[in-house]
Amino acid sequence: MAKFNMTPDELLNFQFGAPNVGWMEHKPVFKEGNFAYPAKPDVIRDLGFPNPREWSPLDEDWKLPENWMEIVREGMKDRLERYRSFKIFMDICVRCGACADKCHFYIGGGDPKNMPVLRAELLRSIYRGEFTAAGKILGKWAGGRPLTMDVVKEWFFYFYQCTECRRCSLFCPYGIDTAEVTMIARELLQLLGVNINWMMEPVRNCNRMGNHLGIQPHAFKDIVEFLCDDIETITGIRIKPPMNEKGHEVLFITPSGDVFADPGIYTFMGYLMLFHEIGLDYTLSTYASEGGNFGLFTSHEMMKKLNAKMYAEAERLGSKWILGGECGHMWRVINQYMSTHNGPCPPKMETPVNPITGTVFRNATETKMVHIAEFTADLIRHNKIKLDKRRNAHLNVTFHDSCNPARGMGMFEEPREVIKACCDNFFEMPAQTIREQTFCCAGGSGLNTEEIMEIRMRGGLPRGNALRHVQQKHNVNTMACVCAIDRATLIPLADYWAPGVGICGVHELVGNALIMKGEQERTMDLRQNDLPYLDESAEEDA
Amino acid sequence: MAFFISLILVLTLCAASYYGAEAGMQWLFGMTIPYLAIAGFVCGFAYKIYSWAKSPVPFRIPTTGGQQYSHEWIKNDPLDNPHTVSWTVGRMLLEILTFRSLFRNTEVVIHRTEDGPRVAYNSARWLWLFALIFHYCFLVIFLRHFRFFMDPVPFFVRGLEFMDGIFQIGAPRLYQTDVLILAAVGFLLLRRVFDQKVRYISLISDYFPLLLIGGICLSGIYMRYLSKTDINAVKTYVMGLFTLSPVSAEGIAPIFFMHLFLVCALLLYFPWSKLMHLGGVFLSPTRNLPNDSRMRLHVNPWKPPKKYHTYEAYEDDFREFMVEAGLPVDKPLDKADA
Repeated sequence: MAKFNMTPDELLNFQFGAPNVGWMEHKPVFKEGNFAYPAKPDVIRDLGFPNPREWSPLDEDWKLPENWMEIVREGMKDRLERYRSFKIFMDICVRCGACADKCHFYIGGGDPKNMPVLRAELLRSIYRGEFTAAGKILGKWAGGRPLTMDVVKEWFFYFYQCTECRRCSLFCPYGIDTAEVTMIARELLQLLGVNINWMMEPVRNCNRMGNHLGIQPHAFKDIVEFLCDDIETITGIRIKPPMNEKGHEVLFITPSGDVFADPGIYTFMGYLMLFHEIGLDYTLSTYASEGGNFGLFTSHEMMKKLNAKMYAEAERLGSKWILGGECGHMWRVINQYMSTHNGPCPPKMETPVNPITGTVFRNATETKMVHIAEFTADLIRHNKIKLDKRRNAHLNVTFHDSCNPARGMGMFEEPREVIKACCDNFFEMPAQTIREQTFCCAGGSGLNTEEIMEIRMRGGLPRGNALRHVQQKHNVNTMACVCAIDRATLIPLADYWAPGVGICGVHELVGNALIMKGEQERTMDLRQNDLPYLDESAEEDA
Repeated sequence: MAFFISLILVLTLCAASYYGAEAGMQWLFGMTIPYLAIAGFVCGFAYKIYSWAKSPVPFRIPTTGGQQYSHEWIKNDPLDNPHTVSWTVGRMLLEILTFRSLFRNTEVVIHRTEDGPRVAYNSARWLWLFALIFHYCFLVIFLRHFRFFMDPVPFFVRGLEFMDGIFQIGAPRLYQTDVLILAAVGFLLLRRVFDQKVRYISLISDYFPLLLIGGICLSGIYMRYLSKTDINAVKTYVMGLFTLSPVSAEGIAPIFFMHLFLVCALLLYFPWSKLMHLGGVFLSPTRNLPNDSRMRLHVNPWKPPKKYHTYEAYEDDFREFMVEAGLPVDKPLDKADA
């Protein structure tokens, strides 16, 4: 893997503009660093997906099935018949260009084909050329072009440079959603065996082992116990989280990144401490130990398949409702797809009620799934937990709205309520970069892989620059988020664009501030760093 | 290039109809083609809507642009994130009548400073403004033309005419919409030609309808204000067409047939082009659905089967490890082996 070592100046050495040749004639050049590695044959074989093989985008011959053209045509036809969204989005774009500079990859790279309109035109031109009378007869004059091998390569290049963040769709006067177009394009590529390992291996793992990272049940238990050791070190309280146990009211599911990866683990510790403190009757599951769903980025069918385990496990364990952890795309799936894919929910599940406050979660009556930020915000609102803000006093915090909870759900206030209850120093980034206009971490939709760091840093410019703005203006040193992918991707992003800013989950802040019954005097935060406010108050005393 | 091809196309249409009418083919440009065009437009439009409606909407995928409906004490933003059908209608109305999404438009500028890059998002509402002017002027002008199709002239047409000419400039009175629509078409066209990135994405099918509409406006304006075409003769002629008893086109200038022919070209072109955004915007699944799938069951009409890796299969894979780690299992080791 080529190490990414460009400076920001080198990276931004481009001007927005357009090449002299038309976009249909302009072809992408694959080179190490601008594509994610293809999926390994055994991964594809395990999943029963088509065309497992060793191949590289650098090869001239991508070893596609012999009848690949027919497969693409049939695949498109099938999807045009099944998805009105796809069909309408193929037909009604007027190329007004409102979406053009809304994409983070375009803003940070200047490649015109990263303008959402052109990304979609890559597919639209084939739609016109293959499926419309005008396109068939008039060809290029009607905006159509023939399906060639170069087109497939171009699709791979650009539909894996879209994080399905939906920012463009917010600005489109017709609501054309590039995420939808990208999802379909990736499905078509899947039919040919053109896919990336960073996405397919987690899918394989999640299917068999219950989570993306492939943590097996006994290892999962070990890790959780290890985190409980840390909690004991910090608070003096021993927590024993139930696992795979039947008969608990709540099944808690969070992305496996929270269990495994720094700094997600601190967020996970925050959840466990909170549940312990309020005495929540819950269980974890190793079988459904993944909140995230890389199936969303693979195909609608795979999304359904992976998501099905949540209800299956709730039914097996007899849980009344499911509480979901901090994860971005997980919540797009839950909020917009889950009940349609795998509902209605198991008959014994009930409308979620917060057992501590009695609040009925009226927006979750069908799926029976509640977001942890909604849950904790409700606890805070009813004064059911005690929080000591001083423990977060050294943090100047801003909040990164993750794409999916923003534009596929609309959860803006709940996490902010939680953060503001946990720390005094909260600062918003500029309005055009937060809430519904938020920018992606540039590693979403399965693109959080190392080998495309240049692409990620380019795409990270808008977020990174907004972060740098509040860093300079308000001395912000922490960016909180409610997404496990963010917690992994924003670290290199911040290191690159706003060095000195750390990343944390919202419930890490909760865990830090939470005053637990019977806890020892806290001298450390969840990362086991000394709490600065103690020194300061000691100095004041002296 | 695409611009010039479109321009040549439109000029060819103009020339064909003008000289055709002059050469005595008024029946073709003034009767046969209009009938065909109206039929083609109605059928094409209906077909297109039908073909869209035929594909189901399996998932509720609204783009949420505001706070969701959750706790009572959190104010939700129902127009940008509707949770009911009525709020969704509200969102659609705002979208269709005021182009709300386009109103959000910004323009990115990267300032490269000594202190590193600064990405700025400038307000960029010109597109919104001119798009809005264009569409509303088009609507008013379309409605004003009902004076040629209906006798007596309906009151709303008279009202529109009065309002449109309220400044009482010149004779015949100058309609503001005539000026504004030219300005709007001009803006949209110049933007396409001179904004580099918009030019890069523009196809013939982007320039052509714009130039065609420009041609329609110019020919109409020419007739009204410059050549002062005999509108009584035109009305008699058009009424003849609409009552299916065509009268002679004697005495009507060729420019009228050019105007009419361009309109016909637009009608025929419409259903097969991007102009169908007129119909499509109503059907866009990211706008016309409530964000309510956590509250209400939405069934996928093609009901795919549910297949997944079951817990039983998972336990079979890991039972020994699970037992060893003290995790509960559904089938104890001895029974599973048997």
